[in-house]
Amino acid sequence: MSIALATDHGSPTELGLDQSPLAVRGMTVSYGQKPAVFSVDMTVAEGAMTAIIGPNGAGKSTLLKAALGVISPLAGRATVYGKALKGQRHRIAYVPQRASVDWDFPTRVIDVVQMGLYRELGLLKRVRAKHVAKAMACLDRVGMTDFADRQIGQLSGGQQQRVFLARALAQGADLYLLDEPFAGVDAATEKAIISVLKSLKDEGKTVVAVHHDLATVAEYFDRVFLINTRKVAEGPVATTFTAEHLNAAYGGRLAMAQIDQLDLAAG
Amino acid sequence: MWLDALTLQLGYNATLVALGAMFLGVAAGVTGTFLFLRKRALVSDAISHATLPGVGIAFMLMVALGGDGRSLLGLLLGSAVSAGFGLLCIGWLTRFTRLAEDAAIGAVLSVFFGFGIVLLTIIQTMTAGRQAGLEGFLLGSTAGMLWNDAMIIVVGGVLTLAVVMALRRPMTLVAFDPEYAAASGLNVARIDLAIMGLAMAVTVVGLKIVGLILIVAMLIIPPVTARFWSDRTDRVVWLSGALGGVSAFVGAALSAAAPSLPTGPIIVLVSFAFFALSLLFAPSRGVLAAFLRHRRFQRRVHMRQGLLALAQGQPIYEGFTLRLLRRAGLVEKDGVVTDQGKARAAKALRDEKRWELVRADQALEGAAALYDGLRALETVLTSDQIEEIDRRIGGPKGVGA
Repeated sequence: MSIALATDHGSPTELGLDQSPLAVRGMTVSYGQKPAVFSVDMTVAEGAMTAIIGPNGAGKSTLLKAALGVISPLAGRATVYGKALKGQRHRIAYVPQRASVDWDFPTRVIDVVQMGLYRELGLLKRVRAKHVAKAMACLDRVGMTDFADRQIGQLSGGQQQRVFLARALAQGADLYLLDEPFAGVDAATEKAIISVLKSLKDEGKTVVAVHHDLATVAEYFDRVFLINTRKVAEGPVATTFTAEHLNAAYGGRLAMAQIDQLDLAAG
Repeated sequence: MWLDALTLQLGYNATLVALGAMFLGVAAGVTGTFLFLRKRALVSDAISHATLPGVGIAFMLMVALGGDGRSLLGLLLGSAVSAGFGLLCIGWLTRFTRLAEDAAIGAVLSVFFGFGIVLLTIIQTMTAGRQAGLEGFLLGSTAGMLWNDAMIIVVGGVLTLAVVMALRRPMTLVAFDPEYAAASGLNVARIDLAIMGLAMAVTVVGLKIVGLILIVAMLIIPPVTARFWSDRTDRVVWLSGALGGVSAFVGAALSAAAPSLPTGPIIVLVSFAFFALSLLFAPSRGVLAAFLRHRRFQRRVHMRQGLLALAQGQPIYEGFTLRLLRRAGLVEKDGVVTDQGKARAAKALRDEKRWELVRADQALEGAAALYDGLRALETVLTSDQIEEIDRRIGGPKGVGA
C-alpha cells in the first residue's frame, strides 16, 4: 500500500515503513476531551532534515513526544527504522524544549552532556577518561568547551540549547528529534546549531525539528511536515512548502503579506 | 559529659541509639536529596503521617494473634503497608481527579493521621495497650531501644543506601529532565515510585528514633543545606548524607548526655543549625555572600556616577558617593577635586561616550549587549577597535586609556 503510494508520488524517500527512521501511523493524542493530534500519519525520510511546522497549539511537540513514547497516545503507533520503538531507543536522540527543565538544578554543563552517555554507562559503570573525552568532543562541536565546568543556570538561553544538543550528540544516535531548537536563542547559537545539524545530515543521519520560523524553512530544511491537529501535507520543501498548504495549516492566522515574503515553492 | 556522649562513653543504650541514628541520618540525607531534586519533598510528609494507622492496625493484629504487640519489625511492616497505601492514594487523586498534588498531599496526610490517632486512642483503652508505648512513634522514643531494634535500623539504612547508589543515575536523569529520561526509554513513573519507596523505607526505619512528625526534617534539611555548598549533583548527594549522619549522631549523643532532652527534636535542631550556618555563610549561594556581592556592586555604581558628575561639573548630593570619592582620594575634604580625581573622571566620561557609539553601532552588537554602565571598554573591545571609536569621537587625544 505504502509502496504504491510512493510510486504515485515518484519519490523514493516515501517508501513505506520498513526503511523510514520514524514512521507514525494513525496517531491520536488528547489532553482531556480535545485531541491535540488527530489520526496523523508521518513518514520521515532517511538522511534528510525535516521541519514540523504549524500554528501554536497545532500539536507539533505533542506529535513528537507521542512518537517517542514520552506521552502515551490514545491511538496509533510509531516505528523506528521499521521496528518497534522499544528496541530502537539507542538510535534516537531527543532534544526537548529548553523550558522543560529547572536550570537551577545542581549540575554542570559537562554532567548534562554525560547524561547522553546514560545507555553506555548503565547503572553502575564508572565514568572514565574516555567518557569525559567523548562528552568534551560533543561540547566542542557546539562550541561550548569553555563552559564545561559552569553550573547550567549561568548560561544564556542559546548556550543552554547548545548544551542540550551536545547531550544528544553524545548518544551517537542515527535519528535526531528536536523540539523548537531555535526558540529564544541568539543569532550565533542559531548558526551554530544549524551547522551541527547540517553536518549530521552529511554523515547520513536523519534530523526532525519542530520549527517556528517560516522564513528560514527553505534555507534550513529539505522537507516539511505541516500539521494543524490533523496532518496537512508532507514532502520536499520544493513541492510541499506552498502558499496553499500554509493557508490550510494556519488558516487566517497568516496574513497574505507574510506568505508573500516567504521563499515558497511554486504551488 | 558532652564529650563522653560524643565519644560513645555513656553506656550501651546511648551507643545503640547514636549509631542507629547515624545510619538513619545518612540514609535519610542521601534519599532526601532525590526527593528534593524531584521537587517532591512534601510527599515525604504525607508518607510519614500515613504510617500511623498501620502502626495501630499492626499492633491490634499482633495482639489478636496472641502476642504482646510490641515487636518492632511487626509494627514497622504495618506502617510500611499503610504508608504505601497513602502513596497510592496521592497518586490516584492527582491522576484521576482534578486535585493538584499539594491538595492531594494535604488530604491524605490529615485523614491518615486522624485515623491513626483514633486507633491509638482505642488502643490506649485496651489492657494490652497501656504499656505499648505506641505514642512514642509520634515523636520517637529511644529510651528502651534494644539491640534488635538498632539492627533493624542499621540494616534498613544500609539497604536503602545500596538501592539509592544503584539507582542514582536514572533518578538524577528523571529529576533533571523527565521528558528526556522518558525519551531515552526510562520508565519515569517507575523511577518516581522508587524515589517515593526509598523515602518510605527511610521513614519507616526512622519511626523509632525521630518519630513520624519529625522524620520529614531528616529527609529535607540535609539536602537543602548541602545545596548551598555545591553545584554538582553527586556532591550534593554525598554532602547531604554526611550532614544527615553527623546531625543525627551529634543530636542523639547530646540527648543521651542530658536525659531530659528528646532525641528526635534535638537531631532536627542540630541539622537546622547546619542549615542556618550554610544559609548565612555559604560561598556564592549564602545570604552573606549575596549581601557582600550587592554592596560591591552598589559601590561600583556610586563610584561611577560620582566620577561622571565630577567630569561634568555637576554637584553630588549623595553622601555615600561623596564618602567613596573621598576615601579613594579623588576628592579633598573641602570638596576640591584632586588631580587623580580629575583624571579618573575624564576617563569615565570618555568611556561613557565610547559606549554610546558602541551601542549605536550595529557591527558591535555583541559588545553592546554587555553594557552595564560599569564595565571598562578595554575588557570588551580590542585596542584597535577603541582607537577607531576614539577617532570617531574626535577631541583631545591621550585622555584616559
